[in-house]
Amino acid sequence: MSLDFNLGAFNDYFRNETFRDDFTYANSPAGIRRFPFPFDRDDYMYSVNMEPHVPGRKGSVFEHAFDVDEHYVSEMIDRAKVLASDPLRCQSLPHMTLAGWDLLELIMEAKARDYPQWFTLTKDGNRWHWINRPLGIDHHFTFLDDSTLPYGPFEYITRQTQGDFTLQDERDNDLWMDAGMVTSQADWSLDFDIGMSFMEWHAPVPLAHEKGIFDRALKFLLKLQHGAPVRRFNWTMTVNPLLDTAPETYPVWGPTKTSLTPENLGQKQHLRVELQALFRLPRSNAIAFSIRCYLGRFEELVTIPKWGRRLHRVIRDINPDVAAYKGFLRNRDAMVAWLAGYDDGAPTSPGFWPED
Amino acid sequence: MSKTAFPPAIKSRPVYGVLEPRPGAVHLVVADGEGAGAVTDMLAKAADRAGMLAAMHIIYTPGPNGTDQTAMLAALGAKQCYRAPTIPTLLPRLTRVLSDAHMGTQFYLAGTEGLIGQAERDIMATGFPHHDIQKEHRGSTVRRVQCVHCKGITENVATDPFVCSHCGLSLFVRDHYSRRIAAFQGVNIDAEDPGQVPPPVVRFT
Amino acid sequence: MSGGAKLKVRVAEVVNVNDMIKRFRFVSLDGSPMPAFSGGAHTVVEMDDDGVRRLNPYSLMSDPEDRSAYEISVRRDDAGRGGSLFMHRHVTPGLQMEISYPVNLFPLDTRARKHLMIAGGIGITPFLAQIAQLTHFGGRFELHYAARSQALGAYMDRLTAAHPAQVHCYFDDQGQVIDLARVLSMQPIGTHLYVCGPKGMIAWVLSTATSLGWPEKALHHEEFLAPGTGMPFQVDLAATGKTITVGTNQSLLEAMEAAGVDAPYLCRGGACGQCETNVIACDGAILHRDHWLTADEHAAGRKIMPCVSRFEGKSLTIDR
Repeated sequence: MSLDFNLGAFNDYFRNETFRDDFTYANSPAGIRRFPFPFDRDDYMYSVNMEPHVPGRKGSVFEHAFDVDEHYVSEMIDRAKVLASDPLRCQSLPHMTLAGWDLLELIMEAKARDYPQWFTLTKDGNRWHWINRPLGIDHHFTFLDDSTLPYGPFEYITRQTQGDFTLQDERDNDLWMDAGMVTSQADWSLDFDIGMSFMEWHAPVPLAHEKGIFDRALKFLLKLQHGAPVRRFNWTMTVNPLLDTAPETYPVWGPTKTSLTPENLGQKQHLRVELQALFRLPRSNAIAFSIRCYLGRFEELVTIPKWGRRLHRVIRDINPDVAAYKGFLRNRDAMVAWLAGYDDGAPTSPGFWPED
Repeated sequence: MSKTAFPPAIKSRPVYGVLEPRPGAVHLVVADGEGAGAVTDMLAKAADRAGMLAAMHIIYTPGPNGTDQTAMLAALGAKQCYRAPTIPTLLPRLTRVLSDAHMGTQFYLAGTEGLIGQAERDIMATGFPHHDIQKEHRGSTVRRVQCVHCKGITENVATDPFVCSHCGLSLFVRDHYSRRIAAFQGVNIDAEDPGQVPPPVVRFT
Repeated sequence: MSGGAKLKVRVAEVVNVNDMIKRFRFVSLDGSPMPAFSGGAHTVVEMDDDGVRRLNPYSLMSDPEDRSAYEISVRRDDAGRGGSLFMHRHVTPGLQMEISYPVNLFPLDTRARKHLMIAGGIGITPFLAQIAQLTHFGGRFELHYAARSQALGAYMDRLTAAHPAQVHCYFDDQGQVIDLARVLSMQPIGTHLYVCGPKGMIAWVLSTATSLGWPEKALHHEEFLAPGTGMPFQVDLAATGKTITVGTNQSLLEAMEAAGVDAPYLCRGGACGQCETNVIACDGAILHRDHWLTADEHAAGRKIMPCVSRFEGKSLTIDR
């Protein structure tokens, strides 16, 4: 048994594109309109900003628990390439296997329910049959029996699911990040951070600790209940549609930050939005954290006039410590200059939806 | 609070306390260099010093700066006292002792961060809660640093930046610390501007 | 919604386990499988006791992988406020009830090299589920279980039959006592200890382990507090502008709910922290009865846990 992809189905929907080398990634016009623009007002500061992860507006990235979009197949190919070059990007400490099965069940049931045209799950007791048509996978396996899958349950399902994932074990009124699949991270190292407590792995984030953000977030998450997931946004900036901005390969991608010019900025600079969803898992009592990355090219985003105006104001007024932590301080002025051309000073409506 | 004054740092950076005598069937001490002084200070506070020593196993090695206080520890009269020449030769003995240790064992770690961190890592691996392992910093503040790029560990780092002993990249030293790896994190300093490496400054002595 | 997600269930079976304990089996109303859960989890059962809404937490004791039903065991407390009496007298097969999704405040530390469990009386229930889970997924354990008498030793037969080498039983009426110091001295490094039972037993186990050098973070216990009774008192609710009176057999949380105030809660036993409420003004003494707030917070009097804590004095204003 292997997890080799057998591609070809639904080629009219899933884009054939790259997140490296020639960077052919792009959003379709419909993809731009459903982009999860993260700013609901004209300024930004850290906040806990959690809300129930319940089905949202039809067609939006909130419609389903695990959004599958036009980039699905290409993102999974990119993940396989990252793991081939660095297997340490997926790790699970020995006591997290059961949480991996919990996550596999959660994702398979959700995808088969929400996207029946693409995914099918059939159960006969613990004998399960999983079909993933876009990736050409058709497997029979025994639920809760590791020996019946080509990878551990956590790696198996996250090789087929967009977004990074971490699994948090709950102990001593704290959350411990004891497993992760991390190939599209905003510059943090799973290999280094695995095993850390909630405060420890967030330690490098500036300002938010002093504001008590993480104390409140941890208290909130410890009370997270099975059956009642929550979500929040985070965001940063990336030059080129590069999913894998890992510290491990920073010497390879770091120099691209100096490649921006006023002429190429709109094409190369991307707003990187993380839709983070948190699920309490039933058998393990762990918390699964999905960190789904959406990349929006500046040129694409400003086709929505409200977003062009607002992005300009947010970046112009942002706290420099936040910009430094997010890694775009050196390019901030250039971004503001470029975005100014799309801000006529008109007022913007509250909320992040493009047309409201 | 620790006798060593560290500058304020982020929340993943370890903080150290002062060793206190605690009840236990076995007292396992792992120390290096000036850490020997933390052990004698702790024993001075013990209500039943003789009883504690009769159940004490000391594993010691000289510090990275050469400080060797083996004689002082040997003179205490602990049930067992062993001197290893280096940290790498000390660790297999610790692993062996842990393999058949029982609950009721009290752990005391003292000395440099490299020694404390590696001993803590090996004790944690048994399932023992790291929170309840006593740790007191004494002596040198040189750091054990993992290169986030090649994963190689450079011991006794004194300057910032420094050159990774495995891949040769110039790394700056973060306060971000991994208990599992027992090391601070080193990140390439000239990734965005290759070749522009500031001169190294001695930050850890 | 306060209390989180709920499950609609039907009582499928009620079994007399012994003179004091009844077992209740819940199946989902629509026939769908119950959610899997983790050993040590509890559910909050909602009761309509002749117009009085009671919500009591009970540990889930069934096999967490058995999705066909949940089982709880309820010990009758004749001197209590009435929740267990309601379960014993009025809950019969066929009754429809609402219970909360499982919440675990007493989980196993799965990194442990071994799990040492100590149970007293009805405190056995979370261990039944944990042992089932360890049996499925692997993990060393040892159980010491004390009961008043053989007749009141619920589930001892099935435990000793399934795990003869791991389960040790003790009976008070035969003068048997766990040789705790010896048991604690025999455990390999990396063992975690879990205790569930009467208050006195928990205190004895924890203090003995601490005096023998056991680390704080390897000691785990679960004790649900009954809200307890007390003198009636009056409370001003600043956020909703209401003034309510808390009756003798009522908790502050229950009194708020009866007045139509939607206050958050999960465990209703002083353990989870969900109902933590700020005190705006207090002329009198808050009778703190929870495990959640620290001793300093109790002394400061700026927070109260309405699920178990009460008040005596002139006036109390809280932020609800």
